[in-house]
Amino acid sequence: MTLSVRLQHRQGDFTLDARFEAPPGITVLFGRSGSGKTTLVNALAGLIRPDAGRIAVDDRVLFDSDRGLCLPPHRRRLGYVFQEGRLFPHLSVRQNLLYGRWFAARVGPRADLAQVVEMLGIGALLDRRPAALSGGEKQRVAIGRALLAAPGLILADEPLAALDEARKAEILPYFERLRDATRVPILYVSHSAAEVARLATTVVVLDGGRVIRQGPATEVLGDPGVTPLGARAAGAVLEARVVRHHDDGLSELSAGGLPLFLPRVPQTPGTVLRLRIAAHDVILSRERPVGLSALNILPAMVHEVRPGGGPGAIVSLDSAAGRLLARVTQRSAQALGLAPGVACHAVIKTVAVAPEDIGH
Amino acid sequence: MTSWLGPDEWRAVALSLKVSVWATLIALPLGILCAHALARWTFPGKALLNGLVHLPLILPPVVTGYLLLLTFGTRAPLGGLLQDLGVVFAFRWTGAALAAGVMGFPLMVRAIRLSIDAVDPRLEQAAATLGASRPWVFVTVTLPLILPGVLAGAVLAFAKAMGEFGATITFVSNIPGQTQTLPSAIYAFLQVPGGEASALRLVVVSIGIAMGALVLSEWLARRVAKRVGGA
Repeated sequence: MTLSVRLQHRQGDFTLDARFEAPPGITVLFGRSGSGKTTLVNALAGLIRPDAGRIAVDDRVLFDSDRGLCLPPHRRRLGYVFQEGRLFPHLSVRQNLLYGRWFAARVGPRADLAQVVEMLGIGALLDRRPAALSGGEKQRVAIGRALLAAPGLILADEPLAALDEARKAEILPYFERLRDATRVPILYVSHSAAEVARLATTVVVLDGGRVIRQGPATEVLGDPGVTPLGARAAGAVLEARVVRHHDDGLSELSAGGLPLFLPRVPQTPGTVLRLRIAAHDVILSRERPVGLSALNILPAMVHEVRPGGGPGAIVSLDSAAGRLLARVTQRSAQALGLAPGVACHAVIKTVAVAPEDIGH
Repeated sequence: MTSWLGPDEWRAVALSLKVSVWATLIALPLGILCAHALARWTFPGKALLNGLVHLPLILPPVVTGYLLLLTFGTRAPLGGLLQDLGVVFAFRWTGAALAAGVMGFPLMVRAIRLSIDAVDPRLEQAAATLGASRPWVFVTVTLPLILPGVLAGAVLAFAKAMGEFGATITFVSNIPGQTQTLPSAIYAFLQVPGGEASALRLVVVSIGIAMGALVLSEWLARRVAKRVGGA
């Protein structure tokens, strides 16, 4: 199933003008606060009526201004995971989970409660009230509730924003499972580069109400021109396969034939992981450095040097492992003579790759 | 109780209970609808509706009673029409119930509206995205969440109905066994020599019913709040 969106909407001084497609998997709507992400999602859900455009999931049209069609929210068959959970306080967890299924029974096959409960690990919570749940548990129940509504489209509006780091790490794997288990397009709103790197099949970058870039995560995040959160948050995504685990607590991965050493990852050898390498964690050297503590030294070639507003510059590099971004000072870039086509080495500290930057 | 209360006194108590229960039951669905409209809908004439609902609270009860007589009296157009349909209010217990219901209505609507205002509309939005149409959202989410407020509103209206005097006596007079409610009976006993004892007994009954209603409502509200809040 594919979601296609074309929308224009004015709200005060703000104009949303977006057009994109979301294939199965997770499409992350990525952009800073105020870029129009939530407005867009609310338009998809039918909570606001856009001025013009068309929204459809495959052939099922949810909104079409030309035909004067605008389905109300309850007829759009959505699974909406809200930032704050929004569980019904007067119902038990089980009743919350089954709420949407009761209405969905008329339109399609029943989603299996036992399967969803198992996937989200919420079996022990079924008879509790939402007030007795932790933030992470609430959000898991909210995901389950959305799934059980047998949706044709899943919307998640910054579902992790209200959680602390530990709870985020608890929920992220469930979205990865969801992405791999369903054919339903998932539109996931985020302003976290780490979440994008871990989850996104496709990235749609919003800025000032416009889509400035869309495509596969590795492509979009490796583009130094796309830094919606500023150069500080820039980072490329590499795909690497787990080769073996070493006794000293390291895991060896292979990215396009180049060895990469990371702190021990839980996945078994053979698994393909996605790593987000933050641009400020990459050091560049013209010669292959010797006597250096960093374990990962990747031969690469400069693709582009893009000076920032301040003293920094973002250098994009092509390596056998894929596109990398490095954030260096303009002074260093000049001293090293970095220019397109120049060969160099990218140095990445093993411990710089944090667990939240690793997904599969 | 019949032996302790004289037949006239007992009749007044029974009538008052009947009048108040009916007034509350009939007003409740209307009150919920009105409160919901005032809290959540936007429509032309909303301010007018708000004013109309609150009018009995600010008008002298005698004025409300007289307006009811002008509207629902047998010689009034609307009253005449209803009479042809078999519904008579003037000088009947039904009229006393109507007066009591009208007088208690603003209190009921205010209590329910406050509790609707306290319901997070985002929960109702969530229900809508899960496939619930507006009526279902109301029945499955809004109504359970406002139940404590609905109960409080009903008890307030019931208490007001039990005590209603001015509008009732103006609209349906003070006919023993027909329209003589508890307050009217107390008033009547105080007008005749030697009636103080009867009046006093009715005062005791009146206090008892009021206290009972209050305790019951607090208990219900606590129970419901616990269930709804899930704390």
